Amino acid sequence: MIPMSHYLFLSSILFSISLAGIFLNRKNILIMLMSLELMFLSINFNFIIFGNYLGDLTGQIFVFFILTVIAAESAIGLAIIVVLYRNRHSINVDDIGNLKG
Amino acid sequence: MNAELIIFYLFSIFLIISSMRVVISNNPVKSAIYLVSSFFCSAVLWLLLGAEFLSVILILVYVGAVMVLFLFVVMMLDINLSEATGGFVKYLNEGIFVFIIMSALLILFFQNQFADTDKNIITEINIISDSNTKNLGYILYTEYILAFEIAAVILLLGIISAITLTHKKKSDNKFQDPDIQVNVKKEDRIFIVKDEDLK
Repeated sequence: MIPMSHYLFLSSILFSISLAGIFLNRKNILIMLMSLELMFLSINFNFIIFGNYLGDLTGQIFVFFILTVIAAESAIGLAIIVVLYRNRHSINVDDIGNLKG
Repeated sequence: MNAELIIFYLFSIFLIISSMRVVISNNPVKSAIYLVSSFFCSAVLWLLLGAEFLSVILILVYVGAVMVLFLFVVMMLDINLSEATGGFVKYLNEGIFVFIIMSALLILFFQNQFADTDKNIITEINIISDSNTKNLGYILYTEYILAFEIAAVILLLGIISAITLTHKKKSDNKFQDPDIQVNVKKEDRIFIVKDEDLK
């Protein structure tokens, strides 16, 4: 029997690594998107763990829907990156500051 | 130290190492490969948690589809690697700072809230059967049927937006315009030439 807190520590370390990855990778927007995927993975971990803790399958249903939404999101994000590269010939994050927002 | 605990520690260490390699690696192809490896490790851990259906879905959908999409885009973009690397050291302090603060906060919180509930975790939830897939399907098609249909619409939205964003319209393509075809007049097609004009 694995203690529940160990799973929770694992998912929090995973979340922190991916958050640090978004801060670190300012040159490459693709790796930023991959860090986002890792972040979603740690969220899914938490959903399954708490679903098991409460004895409820709704956590796993939520993970199912989150997986659907991430698939659509990453397809759209990659399409945006392709269009961006076609227009600017670079995926450097520092170059995408033209709107000065 | 039973087998379950050994598998858990082994795969969680693999998961943390490969996710660090995803973040640290300069080459996007290597990052994608390490992301595949971290998805595999977490699928094994989900199996330990009793979520068999989701772990199979994770491998089929992620490793099979989304990661291939990522690799396609990485290959298509033809990034200049010397330009894409570097700048890593520039933000190293911020990254380490964020990592330490975030993980310390989360671990402290979980330690305080859930340290004494270790025995409460249930890996087998039975509603109509022993099978995880049957139970999930039962809930999904009764209680969450509306959410299931909305998820289908979201996938359709993903398809449509990805195609409309990346589709290039070529100007020299030959194609039919139904508007012009319908609105054509008799005078556009037929010229009546009288006999006197020819003489």
